[in-house]
Amino acid sequence: MDIKINNQIENVSRRSFLKGLGVTSGALVLGGVMPSSMPVFAMTQEMQYKLNLFVTINTDNSIDIICHRSEMGQGVRTCLPQIVADELEADWQKVNVVQGLANNEYGNQNTDGSSSVRDFYDTLRQMGASAKQMLEQAAAETWKVPVSEVKAQDHLVKHQSGKTLSYGDLAETAARITPPKVEALKLKNKADFKYIGKPLTSVDLPDVLAGTTEFGQDVNRPNMVIATIERAPVLGAKVKQFNADKAKAVKGVVDVIKIDGTDGAPAFNPLEGIAVLATNTYAAQKAQKLLEIEWQLTDNKNHHSAEYLQQRKAMVQQQGKVHRTTGDVNKAFSQYKNQVNATYTVPYLAHAPMEPPAATAEYRADGTCEVWACVQAPQRTRDVVAARLGIEKDKVTVNTTLLGGAFGRKSKPDFVAEAALLAKAAKRPVKVIWSREEDIQFDYVHAISAQHYQAAFDDKKQVKAWLARTSFPTIGSTFDGVAKEPQTWETQLGFADVPFAIENLQCEVCEAPHHLRIGWVRSVGNIQHGFGVGSFVDEMAHQVGQDPKQMWLDLYADDRLVDVNQGGYKYGNYWSDIKKYPIETKRFKNVVELVTERAGWGRKLPKGQGLGLSVHRSFLSYIAVVTQVEVKNDTVKVQKMWCVADCGIISNIDRVEAQMEGSMIFGMSIALLSKLTAKDGKIEQSNFHDYELVRMNQSPQMDIHIVESDAPPAGVGEPGVPPVSASITNAIFAACGKRIRDLPVKGQLNIA
Amino acid sequence: MLTVNINNQNYQVDVEPDTPLLWVIRDVLAMTGTKYGCGKGLCGACTVHFNGSPTRACSIPVSAAIGQQITTIEGIEDNLLIAPSAKAIKQAWINENVPQCGYCQSGQIMAAVALLKENQSPSDQDIDNAMTGNLCRCGTYPRIKQAIKTAAKA
Repeated sequence: MDIKINNQIENVSRRSFLKGLGVTSGALVLGGVMPSSMPVFAMTQEMQYKLNLFVTINTDNSIDIICHRSEMGQGVRTCLPQIVADELEADWQKVNVVQGLANNEYGNQNTDGSSSVRDFYDTLRQMGASAKQMLEQAAAETWKVPVSEVKAQDHLVKHQSGKTLSYGDLAETAARITPPKVEALKLKNKADFKYIGKPLTSVDLPDVLAGTTEFGQDVNRPNMVIATIERAPVLGAKVKQFNADKAKAVKGVVDVIKIDGTDGAPAFNPLEGIAVLATNTYAAQKAQKLLEIEWQLTDNKNHHSAEYLQQRKAMVQQQGKVHRTTGDVNKAFSQYKNQVNATYTVPYLAHAPMEPPAATAEYRADGTCEVWACVQAPQRTRDVVAARLGIEKDKVTVNTTLLGGAFGRKSKPDFVAEAALLAKAAKRPVKVIWSREEDIQFDYVHAISAQHYQAAFDDKKQVKAWLARTSFPTIGSTFDGVAKEPQTWETQLGFADVPFAIENLQCEVCEAPHHLRIGWVRSVGNIQHGFGVGSFVDEMAHQVGQDPKQMWLDLYADDRLVDVNQGGYKYGNYWSDIKKYPIETKRFKNVVELVTERAGWGRKLPKGQGLGLSVHRSFLSYIAVVTQVEVKNDTVKVQKMWCVADCGIISNIDRVEAQMEGSMIFGMSIALLSKLTAKDGKIEQSNFHDYELVRMNQSPQMDIHIVESDAPPAGVGEPGVPPVSASITNAIFAACGKRIRDLPVKGQLNIA
Repeated sequence: MLTVNINNQNYQVDVEPDTPLLWVIRDVLAMTGTKYGCGKGLCGACTVHFNGSPTRACSIPVSAAIGQQITTIEGIEDNLLIAPSAKAIKQAWINENVPQCGYCQSGQIMAAVALLKENQSPSDQDIDNAMTGNLCRCGTYPRIKQAIKTAAKA
C-alpha cells in the first residue's frame, strides 16, 4: 500500500517536485526511491544549495533539514532532523527544520505505526553522512588537497594544516559534487554521536510558548470562510431533503452546500452532509443547528453497542476460525483438569485529539488545489483530494501543519476532502472545522471487542494449554465494506503473536460485522489484546497460587527467538524483517526484571493497596509496566506507575520518555474512564463530560526507564499503551480481590 | 460594532453579541494562540485571563467582555501584573521540555501563570485544583506539575 524508502541514495535533481519544496534551483538532490543516478550541476539560485532530498545549505551558513513526517506530539520534527544533523556534523543551533510537502520522493510519509525513526533511521543517517562527505570533497577541491586531509566537524571543514571553511562557504561547490554511493558512506560510531540519542529540546517549543504555532485549526487564508457540517447520523445515511432557509438567515452565513456521501465502503471519503459556510465559526455552528434535514437511514440504525457486545461475548465462547495453532488444545483440555478461563471486553473508543480535525482548501481557477491540514498521511491526503475533485494528483499540494494530537484519527483525510469539495463549490478558500461533538460522534472508532481465554495446568502447575479467541469489527470493513472478522494483520497485534512457551496453543477469531467506521487508535488491536493477555496471565498465576511475575517469566521460558508461524500462520512483524527484529524472550524477561526491581515488586503494602504487572511487545518494542493502586470505599486511585521500555536504538531520550509518560496517561484513560456507546446506530457521547479522559488530579507519580540498547530502532509512540490497562486492573485485584474484565473500570468502581 | 480590549489594545468587531469571545479572538482578530478544544468549558484549551482570572473564552459571550481586560497567551509577557509569573512559567516549561503536540499548552500556561500569580508556593493539591480543568490528551501532566514547582522556586 505505501512505498517504503529503500537505502539507495540517488540523484533525483531536476525533477518537478523541487518546485513543491519551494526551491526553484535545480541543485543536487538525493532521493530514496528513484531510478539510477545522474550527476547534475547545481544552478546557483536563491542562495540555497540542496545537497540532497533532506539537506539544503544556505550561504548564510544555516542549514535547512526536511522533516517529511507529521508532528503530532511525538517529537519527529526534532527527532528526525537531529539524526541528519549528527551525521552531517552540523551545529544544531544553525539548523532550521522545514516541513516537507506531500511527495513520493520521501518514501512513506504516513505517520503511524510508530515507524518514523525505525523506518528512516538508516536513511537519515545516510543523508547526513552523504552531505557531509560532499562538503569535505568540496573543501578538498577548493584547497586542492586530498580529501583524506580534511575533516568536517562543528559546521566547518578543517584541513590538517588548521585552515577551515564553513559549510556556508562550501555550499555552492558541494552542490556540484556527485553524491557518494551508499557503500562509500562512512557513518559515525555510536561513541561519537553528538545528537543521536540526546535529549534535544523540541524545535517547536518557542512557538508553543509564544502562542504562534500553526495547527490545522489555525490556518487563515485571504477571503477564507469557515464551514461546519451536519453529517449523516448513521453510517451510510443519505439526505432525503433539506431546508436551509433558517440557517441562511443567520448573520455571517454566506452559503449552504450539500456534500454527497459515497456508496460502499467508507474508506477515507467524507460522510454525506450539509455544510454551512460563514464568516466565523460561531455563525456557522449556530446556523448548522437551524438546518432542517430529513435523513434516509440505513440498517445501521439498529446497532446498539450494549446488545452487540453481549453477542460478541457469546460468540467467543464458541470455536472460531483458527489463525495460529500448535499441538492439540482440545486433547490437552480433556487431559488436564486444572483450568481457568475468562472473557474480557473493551468498548468502542474515540481518538479525541485535543485539536478536532480541521482543514483548509483553496481550489484555483487553473484547476489546482492547495490544502493546509493537520494530517498524518500527506500523500494519502493528496490522493483522496485528487480523487474526490476528479483532478490529477500532481494538481494537489498538501501542506502539513502541526497536529494537535492525532493518535490515528488524522491519518484519515475525510475532513480534508470535505474542505476541498467545499472550496471548489464555493469558489473561495474554505476552512472546515469539526466541533468536539462531531469529533466524538463521527470518528473512525477503535473497535469494540470481546476476547475469551482458557488455560490448563498439569499436576506440577505447569501451563499445558492456551486457547484464545478474539472478536471485533475489523478495520478491513472500512475499506471493503464487507469483511466480517478480524484480519490476519490484526491478530498479529498482541494476540496470535504471544511469545509463550506452551506446547498446545491455539488462537482463533470470531465474527463481528461492522456498523460504524472502524479505525485505528494508538496501538490499534494491541489495546484490547494487551488487556486480555495481560489480565489472563495474572489470572493464571492466581489460579495456581503463583507470583504473577514468575508466571510471566515461566511463560517466556528460556532465552530464545520465538517463531509464531505455527499451523500456517503468517506473521508480519509490524511490516519488518523478522531476522532484523526477532521476537526475543530475553528482552521480555529483561524489562520484567527491571520494572519489578524498580517498583519493589513483592514488598508489603498497606491494606487496600496493590501492585499489578503487565508486559507487551508491539511495534517491535518491549514494554513492562507496574502500577500501584489504592482501593478504598470502592474507589480506585492510581498512585504510581513504573514503566521500562526497550525500544532499541533511540533518537532522543527525552522524547522517548515523554512518549512513555503520555502512553501511561493514554492507557489510564482507556483502563479507567473512556467508553463510547452506540444506540440506534448513533454514538451517545458528545464531549469531555461523557467521554472522559484522565486529568491532572488523576495523574500518578511515574518512574520511566528506557533500556539502553544497540538493537535496531523500534516503535516508540504506541507500544507504551498496551500493557497499561492490565497493569492497573491486576493491581486492583491485588489491592482488593476484585477482578475487572470489562473496561473501563468506571461503573464498577469509582475513580479518584 | 462592539469594542473589546485584548492585550491592552481596543478592537472593534462586527459580530452578534452572543458570539463566544473565543471565536472573536480566533476568527475575527486572527489571534490563534487561544485554542478551541470543546466549546463547553470542559478542556481549558481556550483559557484567557479575564480581568486577571483564568476564564474559558469559549463560554463567555463577547458582550460580557466589553469594557473588561482580556489577556491571551500572546500578551502575557507584556502585562506587567503577570509578566514575572509568565516568564518563570515559560522558563520552567523549557527546563522540563513540557509540551508534546502543544495544542493544549496555551491554556495550560494561562492557567499555570494565574496560579503562580496568586500562590508563589503551590502544593500538589493546589496544582491539581488549578490545573484539573485543563485536559492534555498527550499526557504532559507529570511535567506540567514539575514545571509549576520549578517556576515557583525560581
